Amino acid sequence: MANPILVVAVPSRGKLSPAVYELVSAGRKLADSLKQPLYAVVTSDKASALAPDLAARGVDKVFAVEHASLGAPVDDLHAKAAASVATKENASRVLVPATVLGKAVAARLAVLLKAGLAADVTEILDGGLVRRAYFSGNLVAEVEFKTPVGVMTLAPMSFPRAEAGNKGEVVTVAFDPGASKCAFVSFAAEESNEVDLGAAERVVSGGRGLGGPEGFKHVRDLAHAIGAAVGASRAAVDAGWIPYRHQVGLTGRAVRPKLYVAVGISGQIQHLAGMSSSGTIVAINTDPACPLMQMANVTVTGDYNELLPAITDEIKKRKGSPVAA
Amino acid sequence: MALHIVVCVKSTPSNVNVPVDPATGQPKTAGVPPTLNPYDEFAIEEAVRLKERVPGSTATAVTVGGEAAAEVLREAVARGVDGGVLVSGAEFEGGDGFATSLALSSAVKKLHAEKPVSLVLFGKNTSDGGSGMVGAETAAWLDWPSAIGVKKIDAVDDASATVSRMMEDGVDSLKLALPAVVGTIKEINEPRLPSLKGKMAAKKAVFPKWGAAELGLQAGQVGAAGAGAKVVKAATPPARPAGVKVEGASSAEKAKKLVDILIERKLI
Ligand SMILES: Cc1cc2nc3c(=O)[nH]c(=O)nc-3n(C[C@H](O)[C@H](O)[C@H](O)COP(=O)(O)OP(=O)(O)OC[C@H]3O[C@@H](n4cnc5c(N)ncnc54)[C@H](O)[C@@H]3O)c2cc1C
Ligand SMILES: Nc1ncnc2c1ncn2[C@@H]1O[C@H](COP(=O)(O)O)[C@@H](O)[C@H]1O
Repeated sequence: MANPILVVAVPSRGKLSPAVYELVSAGRKLADSLKQPLYAVVTSDKASALAPDLAARGVDKVFAVEHASLGAPVDDLHAKAAASVATKENASRVLVPATVLGKAVAARLAVLLKAGLAADVTEILDGGLVRRAYFSGNLVAEVEFKTPVGVMTLAPMSFPRAEAGNKGEVVTVAFDPGASKCAFVSFAAEESNEVDLGAAERVVSGGRGLGGPEGFKHVRDLAHAIGAAVGASRAAVDAGWIPYRHQVGLTGRAVRPKLYVAVGISGQIQHLAGMSSSGTIVAINTDPACPLMQMANVTVTGDYNELLPAITDEIKKRKGSPVAA
Repeated sequence: MALHIVVCVKSTPSNVNVPVDPATGQPKTAGVPPTLNPYDEFAIEEAVRLKERVPGSTATAVTVGGEAAAEVLREAVARGVDGGVLVSGAEFEGGDGFATSLALSSAVKKLHAEKPVSLVLFGKNTSDGGSGMVGAETAAWLDWPSAIGVKKIDAVDDASATVSRMMEDGVDSLKLALPAVVGTIKEINEPRLPSLKGKMAAKKAVFPKWGAAELGLQAGQVGAAGAGAKVVKAATPPARPAGVKVEGASSAEKAKKLVDILIERKLI
């Protein structure tokens, strides 16, 4: 009997997030390595409308569990819905996005399926072992499941987003997750048109070296010019220059963009814990000896007040006349 | 109305920049002094604030760890928590989040039977294991409602708590029927330092010790035997190649060179 790999597509505000496409490509790798089929389950009030998108990205079978109550971001309802499919199909590995809701769903799935749990997985190794950072990013662990079923959350931006692939089948499942002791009251969207940090391909972050909230204007200008999300060190957040949701690091968000630009950030270990696995790290700092300048791939020594406007101008110039590039 | 708040705290190494022991392939933490997991300060502070908000309430700290973990219970008392329970014994060694959360949920059940629990508070994550999942897993074992990533407990009464949960794209408001589990984040409060009175209380505090038997668990359900996953080996992350220094006589020249590199590497 098959023991499929199951991607749990927990939707975000009625949509599939890019994180789900990352799960599909990770799931495909795992499925091929363990010689199992790749399945997905969409738990949503609009599941049957969302499922074909996944089926078109190389998932062998997509289960659409549709119920009105699954429109709300309530962990136990989504977990029960996903667990019903995992149990019926004898899933061996269950992949969940490491979002706030995804983590809560994964924890409930682990207990419902009596499955070991690996959090924030960044790599899938041959034979089904997984890799994750721990000890605040100072170490990486190779984790093996001891239980027949393993649940894992995948760190955002760690796997490519699955593109169109073989077309799989969509199966509609009738399932009533019942009542929850958690009621969803309301959602207040972040008021900003900025890119979400966790899913950003580029991040520009500012630290105490900006000297004040005005410094973030230069950071934002650069971020907008390259389509980046804005991040910050804790020192900048604690000073009240920018809201906490922008904080990168151990007590903030973990990011893994292709490009991370750190401006006026010294690179204390708690900050590095949130960004050290970025693709290319650029540091802009007056102090060439600080830890971030030591670990960055590209460093520019100097005052951000002069450098950032010059860089933003240069980028705008190139965009204006692509031939010059 | 009075609340009974349980706060889960962990003893973690004070320095997590540790080498890997070549003999075992595991992190070498021996000799590193333990401390209260920094993120649990926020959970403790929130428990104390709830006590202040709802007079007559009590708060109990719980930890799963070795004998030395009693020190983090003492720290919690110094910060204003009323008492603590040390869940300890050889059978708990080597546990992962799955096993530890089962032990915690059993301890919460036992406390609940003694004096009904309203809320169980957790830190965002630990500085060593760092899954950020133990709170949600404990809620799952208990089958209690929960919210992680909570930045504010907006309201609490006998029957429910309304909380603000920080999401990737904004803030959810959720109403949890009590008893419930809440995972805190740094934004929830600013922890205060222990008071003199608290330190005195901490000095005198005696903590009951519960093993698997007291929790009604089999030794095989906790520790390494009960773990759902295991770290086969630890490693230090691969070193990053030495960086390129962008140099130039003016900011404009440096900017031009940097943008060249970014375009060449297809980063922008
Ligand atoms: C429990 C705990 C959790 C923590 N969690 C986090 C976390 O999640 N995220 C986080 O970031 N930190 C965290 N910290 C804080 C961390 O230890 C550092 O204090 C913080 O990261 C420092 O921020 P910074 O680099 O902006 O400031 P600083 O260390 O003060 O660095 C400022 C930098 O700006 C440079 N500079 C000054 N002027 C200029 C200029 N004109 N142009 C360019 N550069 C300039 C300086 O050379 C310096 O390198 C945590 C700490 C603790 C104890
Ligand atoms: N051994 C433990 N004893 C008590 N509480 C714990 C323990 N491990 C984790 N926790 C709690 O669970 C939270 C999340 O931990 P983790 O999932 O390990 O990142 C911590 O901040 C603590 O509140």
